[in-house]
Amino acid sequence: MSGSIQDTFFEECEELLEATDEGLTAIEGGDHDPEVVNAIFRAVHSIKGGAGAFGLDDLVAFAHRFETVFDEVRSNRLDLDEKLIQLLLRASDHLSALVEAARDGGQIDEAHHDTLLAALDEYIPEEEEDLTFEPMGLGGPAPMMDLGDLGAAPAVPQEETYRIRFQPLKEMYGTGNEPFFLFQALKDMGELTVQLDENELPGFDAMDMGESYLAWDLVLVTKEPRSVVEAVFEFVEGLCELSIAGDGDAEAEANALAALDAMFAAPPAAEAADGDTPAAPFEAPVPAPEPEAKPAAAEEKASAPKAESGKQEQRGGPKPTLRVELERVDRLINAVGELIINHSMLAQQIANLNVPDTRDVETELEGFKNLARDIQEGVMAIRAQPVKPLFQRMARIVREASAATGKTCKLVTEGENTEVDKTVIERLSDPLTHILRNAVDHGVENPDDREAAGKSKTGEIRLSASHRSGSVCIEIKDDGAGVNRPRVKQIAIEKGLIPENAELTDGEIDNLLFAPGFSTAKEISNLSGRGVGMDVVKNAVTGLGGRINISSAPGKGSTFTIILPLTLAVMDGMVVSVADQTMVVPITSIVETMRGSDDMINSLGADGTLLSIRGNFVPICDVAGALGLYRESDQQAGVYLLVETETGQRCALAVDDIHDQRQVVIKSLDGVCGEIPGVAAATILGDGKIAMILDPESIIAASPTAAAFDTERRMSNAS
Amino acid sequence: MQAEVKQSDQEVKHAEHSEFVSFTVAGQAFCLKITQIREIRRWSPVTILPHAPADVLGVMNLRGAVIPIYDLSARFGLQQTEASERNVVIVVSVHGKPVGLLAESVSEIISINPDDIQDTPPVDSRNTMEYIQGIISHDDTMVRIINLDAVISAPEQVMP
Repeated sequence: MSGSIQDTFFEECEELLEATDEGLTAIEGGDHDPEVVNAIFRAVHSIKGGAGAFGLDDLVAFAHRFETVFDEVRSNRLDLDEKLIQLLLRASDHLSALVEAARDGGQIDEAHHDTLLAALDEYIPEEEEDLTFEPMGLGGPAPMMDLGDLGAAPAVPQEETYRIRFQPLKEMYGTGNEPFFLFQALKDMGELTVQLDENELPGFDAMDMGESYLAWDLVLVTKEPRSVVEAVFEFVEGLCELSIAGDGDAEAEANALAALDAMFAAPPAAEAADGDTPAAPFEAPVPAPEPEAKPAAAEEKASAPKAESGKQEQRGGPKPTLRVELERVDRLINAVGELIINHSMLAQQIANLNVPDTRDVETELEGFKNLARDIQEGVMAIRAQPVKPLFQRMARIVREASAATGKTCKLVTEGENTEVDKTVIERLSDPLTHILRNAVDHGVENPDDREAAGKSKTGEIRLSASHRSGSVCIEIKDDGAGVNRPRVKQIAIEKGLIPENAELTDGEIDNLLFAPGFSTAKEISNLSGRGVGMDVVKNAVTGLGGRINISSAPGKGSTFTIILPLTLAVMDGMVVSVADQTMVVPITSIVETMRGSDDMINSLGADGTLLSIRGNFVPICDVAGALGLYRESDQQAGVYLLVETETGQRCALAVDDIHDQRQVVIKSLDGVCGEIPGVAAATILGDGKIAMILDPESIIAASPTAAAFDTERRMSNAS
Repeated sequence: MQAEVKQSDQEVKHAEHSEFVSFTVAGQAFCLKITQIREIRRWSPVTILPHAPADVLGVMNLRGAVIPIYDLSARFGLQQTEASERNVVIVVSVHGKPVGLLAESVSEIISINPDDIQDTPPVDSRNTMEYIQGIISHDDTMVRIINLDAVISAPEQVMP
């Protein structure tokens, strides 16, 4: 139980840290809106509160300093200059590290911890040293409400009187809420008088045991602000009739009036109380406030709870969200996958029935298909998440890498709201981290070199995400020196990756970076070059069904492009037959399809064949040959699928026939067999048979004609 | 008193018997422990896996799961089976994953006393030694007990 509460805390921490990062990035970008500062303050404070509840002392202590500095900023006692912003950014990174350490039981960098603490302390006035915090309750959002009095408001909060009418509906008892505990919570805040109103209680005969008849009139004298009083009733909201009337309702005016009232020794609350609750003993009328100081303080208090009432309300109020276990969503996705297969099976069965007129059924079936597709898209959308949190984490990576290498780099992000499947995001984190560290370590030059090259001292790394025709494109672009090709080639020769006399195009040299066992770092630096090369990055991306490309211009920088499928579960495919086998080709890779005639086919050399399409010659790749399949029947490959690879290379895949275009559920072949060249995965067709989903790119690579042609063309392009 | 001991003795002896399903592959009799078998299905054409070794026939759809089908005969180095409707696929669970094995036909369920199992006599083929756990005489024929873990796991790693 406590474990799961702690999990919830860490989940919330993630969100709060994201909010902190987001805020700091905004501030770094010049946005000094007080609301942004408030948002960060609240987030850090909530982390501190939660950490306190779980006894995470390091975290509490650090969050406290961090928060105190922010409080100084918030109350305009500190200026947000560049130096402070940088410190705060580093502090925020460290806070994340502390949270991670607390969650995973890892170690933190003590020296770094102490340096940051000392640096933060410089901004904290002496008297703020005491470490007070309120442990976060276990109830979730409620703690965010109780921050009103923690803003270190210098004025002593004044006592106020609230008259509360509380009449539970019968539903409230059904939820297990108990008025007694609510009253007890109120009593903890100050002086409470409870009066039971049993007027509605019918005679014993007429009583319905499930009904609620009782009501209470409460009078509370407390120093707590109204929001805190309201928070007590938060969990019974909508389950009771509740009215809270305070004498400080219209705070400012009421306080001014209170000053007057005090002169007449007739507090308004007491006056009102006399009306219908004679039992309320008023020993402590509202103390007369000092006329000048109080209204301002009260005003601040009145606005504070509003701002504190949950980070959700800032910035245009986001939509309500629901936290769901991932497993449930995945189960739903699987079920939808089966539903789609089921639809195709049904369609097949109906076709097999030989009923003369199936038009009506087909119409309904079409409706079924559309609905299934809607559900599927909806379910996939649940799994889709914006890349923003991932990108924010990357900003931290760049900061850390810059600090470690003594370079100055800034990360510019674009398309943060691009939505990608959750699994993809999770598995992208490591490759992106690696690429970015590489970009800072190897890509961006030292500040002096940069200046000499006529660039600004600060290196810029641009991280962008966008949707591109059914796939997601993530680009990492630096403005550094670009790939040092002579050196890369030399290393590759030294490591025996290529023969000494190899003639390579620029693109081929760049791609050597992805070769296993390649690492250009002269010495093993702290950052990259831990023996893990870019080949690991490439494997991670290929593992997600994606591809990675590099392009580089000397002196101008390098660009890594990662192309990933939108979802990992379903895709649109063209159903074709190859050597009597049914197979599926991903629609996204097909540019056009055509039926070929003999006069379109031209021989080139002994084995090569080219297809002429409107005057262009494209190499033909026989799918059956590439897959090692032999045709038993006489049928020849007569249909061509024109596909375009990521590198822009075109190739005509020769297949026997095209049948259909449909949505297929991807079934991984992991664990069924090893990796098969040319095959990406499998799917189940309408007749219950399994079909291979082809990977055009690796088929082309496996086909000697197309591969040779490609190299030739690239060579000629390069020269 | 004595009778009781005798009875429990019998019980132990009875519990030691385990049931095996016997079947023929390329004319030879083989068997598998009944607890290893998940189901037995009639053969239906499978989807060919490109570049697969000769003893991997392909994959089939078992209630939404993709499972590989092996030709036991080819696996044992005997001639490849010309699969037809008369043949059966024995679905077994190896290393936690379902796998289909093509056999000529299923014969019967036999009860085997472990004491009757003889060790595989040394033969030239190392594969045979690995794949056959032991042999047993049943109705005057020799039934070979298959070592499933060796049959399935070993060649899978060799696959490209």
